[in-house]
Amino acid sequence: MAYSDKVLDHYNNPRNMGSFTKDEEGVGTGVVGAPECGDVMKLQVKINDDGIIEDAKFKTFGCGSAIASSSLATEWLKGRTVEQAMALKNTAIVEELNLPPVKIHCSILAEDAIKAAVNDYLEKSGKKAPEAPAEKAEA
Amino acid sequence: MEIKLPIYMDYQSTTPMDPEVLQAMLPYFTETFGHPASRNHSFGWAAEQAVDAARGQVAELIGATPKEVVFTSGATEAINLALKGVVEMYGEKGRHVVVSAIDSRPVLDVLRRLAREEGVELTEVPVDKEGLVSPEDVKAAIRPDTILVSVMMANNEIGTIQDMESIGRVAKEAGVILFTDASEAAGKVPVDVQAMGIDLLALTAHKFYGPKGVGALYVRRKGPRVRLSPQIDGGGHERGMRSGTLNVPGVVGMGKAAELCRQLMPEESARIQALRDRLQNGILERLDEAHVNGSQTRRLPHNLNMSFAFVEGESMLMGLKEVALASGSACTTATLEPSYVIRALGTTDDLAHSSIRFSLGRFTTEDEVDYVIEHVAATVNRLREMSPLYEMAKEGIDLSKVSWKAD
Repeated sequence: MAYSDKVLDHYNNPRNMGSFTKDEEGVGTGVVGAPECGDVMKLQVKINDDGIIEDAKFKTFGCGSAIASSSLATEWLKGRTVEQAMALKNTAIVEELNLPPVKIHCSILAEDAIKAAVNDYLEKSGKKAPEAPAEKAEA
Repeated sequence: MEIKLPIYMDYQSTTPMDPEVLQAMLPYFTETFGHPASRNHSFGWAAEQAVDAARGQVAELIGATPKEVVFTSGATEAINLALKGVVEMYGEKGRHVVVSAIDSRPVLDVLRRLAREEGVELTEVPVDKEGLVSPEDVKAAIRPDTILVSVMMANNEIGTIQDMESIGRVAKEAGVILFTDASEAAGKVPVDVQAMGIDLLALTAHKFYGPKGVGALYVRRKGPRVRLSPQIDGGGHERGMRSGTLNVPGVVGMGKAAELCRQLMPEESARIQALRDRLQNGILERLDEAHVNGSQTRRLPHNLNMSFAFVEGESMLMGLKEVALASGSACTTATLEPSYVIRALGTTDDLAHSSIRFSLGRFTTEDEVDYVIEHVAATVNRLREMSPLYEMAKEGIDLSKVSWKAD
């Protein structure tokens, strides 16, 4: 199983790797996965008052595909609205990175991480969750 | 210093053939190509002679006699022959088998299938945190209806070497056949089926600089005489135990590889162990939170299995792309299960996912070891910068107390 070029690219040149300071304004943090499973993703979003994601950062413990999925997620989140972020599907990640079947779960975890980060922001800022399918009511 | 990339450090997966082995095999493809069972002409006699010589070389490697060596297509086939052969032959006496929890994959797969389909009852003996099987535990597991004990001599992942002499004594006292998968031990450390009280032993050429596709099963003839129900019929070759025309070039290669290992072993194992220790110390000096898995006293001289906390194994292999290695991480398997061997040591799952196996060999150089040390340290540090677990640990968070939102 040779790695896809795109996965290797994200691994060697990760986009937006790092962290915001915990109490920074407008930051939502999502941590998904578990060490026992071999995959933990921490995704952070910085959202301005207009509901646009200004910046995003990630840190991941996991295989190359997991790292690439979360790195790609931060790339896509920047400039998107909260609604658009919640609508991002793992299948888009699979397609973009050419993930084989055995690595699809990495993209699902990335989608979960996005939702967790956005929901955390919404909870902290007391805003309501936007209308979106399969949405859990927060706050 | 010139290093040829990529570097091979996965000798426990398979080995390159020694050039001398290749030379020994060549005449048997187009010149001495006869069938060793052709009794009536010189082509056959020449092939038979070559096979006999190889049989002797393999026997010498393990302290057996030539008549006790049955050639197969590899260790997996030898294991199938031994386990199924014993259960079928002695099945009326009993159907209970005792096996090590970290025995090899083929051994466990065969025994579990026999348990599911042939009414075999299996008792798995646990190992301690170094991967050692206690002879007392084996003794306690043996019952009146036990017909077989299987303990892998040296483990392929963590290199731990079992106390075969003591386990052999226990089996002998109980009158139970002892089988061992010696595919990782043969050619690397001394093996003596007499001193170790072993009745059946599997080995394969491609682990000790011989060709792939050929292996052998040692079957004891005296004290006691072990009988097996053959698994492959059709001609009665190998004393009725394994029919089929022998892979003569392969057998010759296996013999030559065995002979070379026996001759080189004292010097070679010392040299490779020194390189392994250099690798281990070099890594431990540069990194904290790096742990060696397995025994450090009873270990194959060329094996090093380490876990690097906060960093996952497959991502490490990706970063070490010019070095051939193996990992116990789930992400490297088709089943997404982490290494059962590492878990059997009582290691937490996250450290199983963080484990890397380095296995050195005959052609490993000091320069290669130094290259790997530097790149391992650099890769681990880079991945730790990227790791949320490392970040949390640095903040003083106890990761074992976190409640994770796993799906």
